[in-house]
Amino acid sequence: MVVVNALVQGILLGGLFAMAALGLSIAFGVLRVVNLAHGEIMTVGAYIAAIGLSWAGLNVWVSMLIVVPVLGFVGYWVQRLLLQRALRISELAPLLVTFGIAIIIPNVLIELFTTNKQQIATGGLAVRSIQVVEGVSIGVLPLITMIVAVALIAATQLFLARTRTGRYMRAAADDSETLRLMGVDHRRLYALAMALAFGIAAFAGIFLGMRQGGVTPFDGHLAVLFAFEAVIIGGLGSLWGTLAGGIVLGVAQTLAGVVSPELPLLVGNLVFLAVLMFRPAGIVRSKVVV
Amino acid sequence: MSPEAADAVRVDRYRRRMTVTQIVGAAIIVALAFAPYVFEPAVTSSWIKLFYLITLATVWNLLAGYAGMVSVGQQAYIGLGAYGIFVFNDLGLDPYSSALVASVAIGIIAFALSFVAFRLRGGYFAIGTWVIAEAVRQIVVRFDSLGAGRGRSISDYTSDPVMRNLFTYWLALGILAATLIATLFLLRSRMGIALQSIRDNEVAARALGIHVARTKRIVFVIAGIGAGLAGSVICLQAIGVQSPSQIFSVSYSAFMVFMVLIGGIGTIEGPIIGAVIYYVMDLYFSQMGLWYLVVLGALAIAVTLFFPRGIWGALSARYNLAVFPIGHRVVAVAPGAGVRGERRMAMAAGTGK
Repeated sequence: MVVVNALVQGILLGGLFAMAALGLSIAFGVLRVVNLAHGEIMTVGAYIAAIGLSWAGLNVWVSMLIVVPVLGFVGYWVQRLLLQRALRISELAPLLVTFGIAIIIPNVLIELFTTNKQQIATGGLAVRSIQVVEGVSIGVLPLITMIVAVALIAATQLFLARTRTGRYMRAAADDSETLRLMGVDHRRLYALAMALAFGIAAFAGIFLGMRQGGVTPFDGHLAVLFAFEAVIIGGLGSLWGTLAGGIVLGVAQTLAGVVSPELPLLVGNLVFLAVLMFRPAGIVRSKVVV
Repeated sequence: MSPEAADAVRVDRYRRRMTVTQIVGAAIIVALAFAPYVFEPAVTSSWIKLFYLITLATVWNLLAGYAGMVSVGQQAYIGLGAYGIFVFNDLGLDPYSSALVASVAIGIIAFALSFVAFRLRGGYFAIGTWVIAEAVRQIVVRFDSLGAGRGRSISDYTSDPVMRNLFTYWLALGILAATLIATLFLLRSRMGIALQSIRDNEVAARALGIHVARTKRIVFVIAGIGAGLAGSVICLQAIGVQSPSQIFSVSYSAFMVFMVLIGGIGTIEGPIIGAVIYYVMDLYFSQMGLWYLVVLGALAIAVTLFFPRGIWGALSARYNLAVFPIGHRVVAVAPGAGVRGERRMAMAAGTGK
């Protein structure tokens, strides 16, 4: 029963990883930029929510309405002012810029808020659970996270398939040169994609913070690695594959946690490396290219 | 150029300049080796840090600047180099031999890991190396004999601090010299040209018959060994490892990126300049605490965006400088073409690159 329970928790944890990975996938898919600061954007989102809660007593769900547009706005201008320039310089430049951001953010957060955990209270939601059978219970928050993750992926798919901007983004992923020839302002399009990526990252960051009951400056480093692992395990270019990848990673971690509390991260990383070695295209065959 | 003049040119590899570089370089290394007899031990032991910083910057530049592989996971090898000292020291070797034996082991590990890392490309390669570094750290801390998560100190070590500093100094200097010599000769070799063509256009390089994966793998292994040796020096100087999360910290990658970018990526001279700048900044500003890292990150971004060639890149482009000559030039040897031949007629190979 312990194993079954761990399996269920792992699947639900996968929802969080998939949510975290979504922004990374969008940025890479549309712009071919791997955002090494992705995890830090998640952390910043969680910090704003935590501060909103402690200073203004803002409910976490309400603060999402502020955090997501704010980080989306930041993402838009980071793209326009920094990354757009970097893209013109070389292939490596955007990577180095995002790495610079990834170094700056946690250190600023430590200097401003110390290394202490900033609480994100959810009014008991994080500990509430539904007992399915004896020994297996489903946490309410992980369940909500999973549902939101699925909805978010579906919405992103719809956005990319049905809206004009979404179609342009897919076109940019395939052939941005030609798109430019068609008269589409690729800079604005790229910035919108980055805004979307940052917004979703911040959103996922708040969910991560709620799960952990708070956020520390060090969470970003871990989060970006989890997100990346979910993307690679699932297979590049498939959003539903990323969900599958997140679930594999989540299950690997929770099952390892049954054996020893020190093992989850190591086993998660080893599973990732094994997939990379033996199934480099990921566990899901990709059909939709994002 | 007329057809009959075509065979009246020769490709010059800057042989004379290379000879000068070798003589001056050897003189500097010998002088530095004798420095501990002249200066106070405190002075020379503070140079150890500069030596390993230059080593780190040089090998990272080899990876990113010449082979086009941005790794943010070189701390894996730094940590392994530090922990390798414990492993071989416990087996009965003295700490200095341990460093050298560990570097061989690290070369083998880097070779094995390259098969995983090379599944990924570009940005995902960078983040993949980061995951590998995390996994390596998580495996290392599983060993209680290595101090688990607490770090440990070298058990069998010379008790005399003067001798300790002296030997660490010479080891660090030797590693630095070996790294620079290896880099210079590697880049002057056929493989150096292959590397630069891979960096500039991997597809075209492959089409020209260059073994892209093999060439990259060799560089990856060399970079791992270099970082491992630097890690050994760090461990020897601190007589141990304070905590695994420190020696395996991603900050080391940030320092390497910073040094190489500031100095000039894709040049041999650049990382040396960058390391000196970082070393001086570190002396004066490290008491700023973490804001110092913030400034480094911001500077790295600014240099990437507005000064992508770095200090040496800009200088060498402007004044046509090359301390370490690795380029080619075509020189006319026929009389009459001599005036033009004196100038560089084929800039394709460049001088700084």
